[in-house]
Amino acid sequence: MSLSDELYRETILDHYHHPRNRGVIEKPSTLVEGVNPLCGDELTLYLQVEDSKIKDIKLTAKGCSINTASGSMMTDAVLGQSIAEAQKIIDSFKHMMLESREKDVSLPENMEELEALQGVKKYPVRIKCAILPWNTLTQAIKNVSANNSEKSTKVEMS
Amino acid sequence: MLNTNEIRKDFPILSREVNGKKLIYLDNAATSQKPIQVIDAISDYYKRYNANVHRGIHTLSEEATTAYEETRELITDFIKADDSKEIIFTANATAAINLVAFSWGKANIKKGDEIVLSPMEHHSNLVPWQMLAKETGAKLLFLELTEDGQIDMESAKEWIGPHTKLVAITQMSNVFGTINPIAEIAKLAHARGALLLVDGAQGVPHIPTSVHELQCDFLAFSMHKMLGPTGVGVLWAKREILEAMPPFMGGGDMISSVKLTSFTANELPWKFEAGTPNIADVIASGAAITYLNKIGMQAVREHEIELSKYALSLFAETSKNGMGDDLVLYGPLDASKRGGVFSFNLGDIHPHDIGQILSDQGVAIRAGHHCCQPLMNELGVPGTARASFYIYNTKEEVDMLFTALKEAKKVLGHVSIR
Repeated sequence: MSLSDELYRETILDHYHHPRNRGVIEKPSTLVEGVNPLCGDELTLYLQVEDSKIKDIKLTAKGCSINTASGSMMTDAVLGQSIAEAQKIIDSFKHMMLESREKDVSLPENMEELEALQGVKKYPVRIKCAILPWNTLTQAIKNVSANNSEKSTKVEMS
Repeated sequence: MLNTNEIRKDFPILSREVNGKKLIYLDNAATSQKPIQVIDAISDYYKRYNANVHRGIHTLSEEATTAYEETRELITDFIKADDSKEIIFTANATAAINLVAFSWGKANIKKGDEIVLSPMEHHSNLVPWQMLAKETGAKLLFLELTEDGQIDMESAKEWIGPHTKLVAITQMSNVFGTINPIAEIAKLAHARGALLLVDGAQGVPHIPTSVHELQCDFLAFSMHKMLGPTGVGVLWAKREILEAMPPFMGGGDMISSVKLTSFTANELPWKFEAGTPNIADVIASGAAITYLNKIGMQAVREHEIELSKYALSLFAETSKNGMGDDLVLYGPLDASKRGGVFSFNLGDIHPHDIGQILSDQGVAIRAGHHCCQPLMNELGVPGTARASFYIYNTKEEVDMLFTALKEAKKVLGHVSIR
């Protein structure tokens, strides 16, 4: 397998070509923009939370394949989950990408698909692309938890 | 075409492999590779005559000073300047432009004055002027560009006006490759009593440059893009302008005498070279100039025109390059009006994805905004992929670029509309 094959696995390409949960929510509980100024990745995340559950999540994004695929897989993973469970998923994903650089880790069954993104770890400059949607979701959950739903906010990767 | 077989023998790095593939280095607009003569000049200095310059009376210091000052003479001739006292060594082209902004600029720019720039400026020839404008209340004006990335000279006639104090323009765009009509712009600026600064970071390494032909007042460039080491920039300016400019940084070497509460500045060029300079790399920059002189800058230019014509033909022939309408090239299509810098996009594929797949095939290009974010906004893209050539590149390497692009399209093509 060449390096490219490792990075651009079938699952990633599928999500890149057919991103899930693409679009907008008219009246979301919160809306957060995420940008990665260095490479120009931009996304807007809409989150609808009811009874502490993610009722709906939508993304509009302009970015590279890794950024798009990561965002798409993230929406799949957290849709319908409780806020607490979503936060756990975020933490496991970020641990996989950031803390465990050297070796591949296994994720819980409901997150198995996300393991495809581990190939990105071999390319340190691309990790940010994969992380951006997740940091944006973290901010969205913070907004909802703090009842800060009126205000849209912005996440910038540095 | 240059004898690339012979030239490549001088560049050790070109024989290394990347990801199991032969390295094809097409990121010369970011930095060039270095010939063994330059690499040896650095270690030779440290091994044989490492000493501070302009200070000691001992032999090593004299040898170091002589070698350091020899580079100044070589550069004087290289850009056809009259006087080596007009050559100031800085850390890079950015530092050279900042020197002008903060020494000449603060002394000469006042509220209501206008500084005229182009939208194709590198951040290094934009942000210093933004900082100066903010501090002084001066206004920044921007020339307009044509569809194919050239300066619209009609807009230059319009924007360079009675309040213009400075025009600051790149000699060659690091995105489009456009070679700008500097002498024409100089005439417009001088007719209004304004000065002209030329950012030569991209131009000086690739086209024969004469400060007299350019008719500029300041020229800034960087040695690392022209076979030299990193850490050496050059500012050239007319002697009377430099004489009138206040010192920029204070410290050792830039003074002729110091009392407790006052100092007398040194004479040119040392007035602007405070502190121990980058001696080893300035000396090695001399080896880079000597190397380019041996080839001849006219021959360098002709080699790049040949490569550019070849690349342009491949970009144009979609049937040949197999990329269909997806491949979009920015900048002039006439090789005589551009250097060997090719910015492009491939459908909706993000430039970073292109760069990654090319890298896996050993092809090194740049992907991103090229320190030209306002220009990317103007083009309406997050960035571009960019391939740029130099003396050691071959037509076979241009072929490899297109082979690698085909692979990128195969892996990532057919992007759905999002």
